[in-house]
Amino acid sequence: MSETLLETPDSVARAAQQIEQFQAESGKMGEKLILNLGPSHPSTHGVLRVLLELDGEIVTKAIPDIGYLHRGDEKIAENMTYNQFVPYTDRLDYLAPLASNVAYALAVEKLMGWTIPPRGQVIRVICSELARISAHLLGMGALAMDCGAMTVFLYIFTEREKIYNLIELLTGARFTTSYTRIGGQTRDLPPGFVDQAKAFVEQFKGKIDELDQLLSRNKIFVDRNKGIGIITKEDAIDFGLTGANLRGSGVYYDVRKDRPYLTYSEYGFSVPVGSVGDCYDRYLCRLEELRQSVRILEQALTHIPSGPINIGDGKGFLPRKDKVLTKMEELIHQFILVTEGIQAPVGEVYFGAENPKGELGFYINSKGGGVPYRMKIRSPSFVNLSILSKLLPGHMMSDVVAILGSLDFVMGECDR
Amino acid sequence: MPAPDAIASLQKQFPGKIGQAKEFRGEWTVDVDRDIVRAAAAYIKGTLGFNYIVDISSVDYFGEEPRFEMVYEFCVLGGPNNQQHLRVKTKVSEDDPTVDSLVPVYQGADWHEREVYDMMGIKFNGHPDLRRILMWDGYPYYPLKKDFPLEGLSSDLPGEAFSRPAPLEGGPFVAAPELIPPTVGEAPTTALEPRAKPAPLS
Repeated sequence: MSETLLETPDSVARAAQQIEQFQAESGKMGEKLILNLGPSHPSTHGVLRVLLELDGEIVTKAIPDIGYLHRGDEKIAENMTYNQFVPYTDRLDYLAPLASNVAYALAVEKLMGWTIPPRGQVIRVICSELARISAHLLGMGALAMDCGAMTVFLYIFTEREKIYNLIELLTGARFTTSYTRIGGQTRDLPPGFVDQAKAFVEQFKGKIDELDQLLSRNKIFVDRNKGIGIITKEDAIDFGLTGANLRGSGVYYDVRKDRPYLTYSEYGFSVPVGSVGDCYDRYLCRLEELRQSVRILEQALTHIPSGPINIGDGKGFLPRKDKVLTKMEELIHQFILVTEGIQAPVGEVYFGAENPKGELGFYINSKGGGVPYRMKIRSPSFVNLSILSKLLPGHMMSDVVAILGSLDFVMGECDR
Repeated sequence: MPAPDAIASLQKQFPGKIGQAKEFRGEWTVDVDRDIVRAAAAYIKGTLGFNYIVDISSVDYFGEEPRFEMVYEFCVLGGPNNQQHLRVKTKVSEDDPTVDSLVPVYQGADWHEREVYDMMGIKFNGHPDLRRILMWDGYPYYPLKKDFPLEGLSSDLPGEAFSRPAPLEGGPFVAAPELIPPTVGEAPTTALEPRAKPAPLS
């Protein structure tokens, strides 16, 4: 008898039955095959390596192996000032760098006890939601490609290109944005940005429906995803999953709703929750989150308050260049800020933000001064992947690809 | 249960083993004796309802005793108290860097504890699979310790490559000025490291 717990009764169960029958009839023990998936396999979305033990086509054991992209970001953070670390956050979730920028800035601002002005907060909401749309599009496109639908992957890149153009307009960079600073942003919204963003949001609604029609009732896609990779509610909570992977399993948890930050409490949006917890539910959650992000963007773009975008405290945020060049006090502030950094209080904070992949958290332990004593990055992809060794056994080899696609992880964030 | 009440309940359940509750920026922190970490976690999960482990990290207070500190972040999920957050910390000495694993209580602790072991060398009693996770098997150092230099130490990647320390000059890193020797040009870059021990790690 096989000890493997089978989650789907149809094809997998039949295959398992056949194997058992074959073993019983031939008297041969099934020989296990070790298969090495990754670290450079297209469906592993980066450099994830999974050692699979196969019995025929069925996975009996899975050992994930990570760390191929480990750069020591936490060690680096201990050796530079808070603002110097902003570019490193671009490289955590490199599919949504703006969202990581915002999460990091908010974490340090929590340590400092600062709240940035309303206009800055709304700009950050716009940044986060644009990043979420961009990341979810890629996650869904990659899942579809892993299941054999190449078209979707190409279509979503048209939309991501438009988002990149908006981001370029806003930050000056398309990919590694480094947009936020502790206490504000590098620049205000450029002229024409709001109109262009509104135009993008308006035409994007139709594109979501297009995506929906392409995939949601596609026979092959549904067959590849429905009933595959079921994560129960209890497992999802116990393993600490976050983001669409947790909500797909039917747990209502969204940091934007439960511990609202920025101006999220002012917007009307709903949090989609799955019912079964399979790959298809996770896909549906992401699809619905696109629509909700569009809702948030529409509300945010129509009500952008006027006023400053950065905190007014001259000792906390770099003063304007014209003032630095003409006034003594601002010159001193700039000098201190650049050489010593922000003077943080003694203490420790944890701040988690709802990023496209899940809850990106920063635990900052400060002994005072301009450098964190310890900074731990709680990356959602790292935690989401930890369920693999429990989730994969019992599935067919071809389902592994769909499961990996549906978990939607980024190795830059997982390995840090 | 709100975090301050939860801490009071913990103090009642484990008298003498729980420290004072501290509040900073709206977050509640409590120190717990190392011996009762697992029992306290089981109580926090079972009775107090903090069913979700957000994060486990560790801090190296190099030069102090006890040297290490484990930091656990708990949170309530799936109820009306979704916003509750509780931080539990415990001190770990350098002579005996072991803590009871929380994997029997929260399965999600598995990879977090492996990472802490990999980065700081703290061992977990009762962990089902305590291997390195980010560095490769057989790597001799614990890179997040404060006495591990930023530039790295040379080590073998078995059969494949050899990793060398990275050059630090001109980089963005902050070094305490009083520790930089006057002969920067010839000095090894390890000397620029603010907290580096002179002797290499064993």
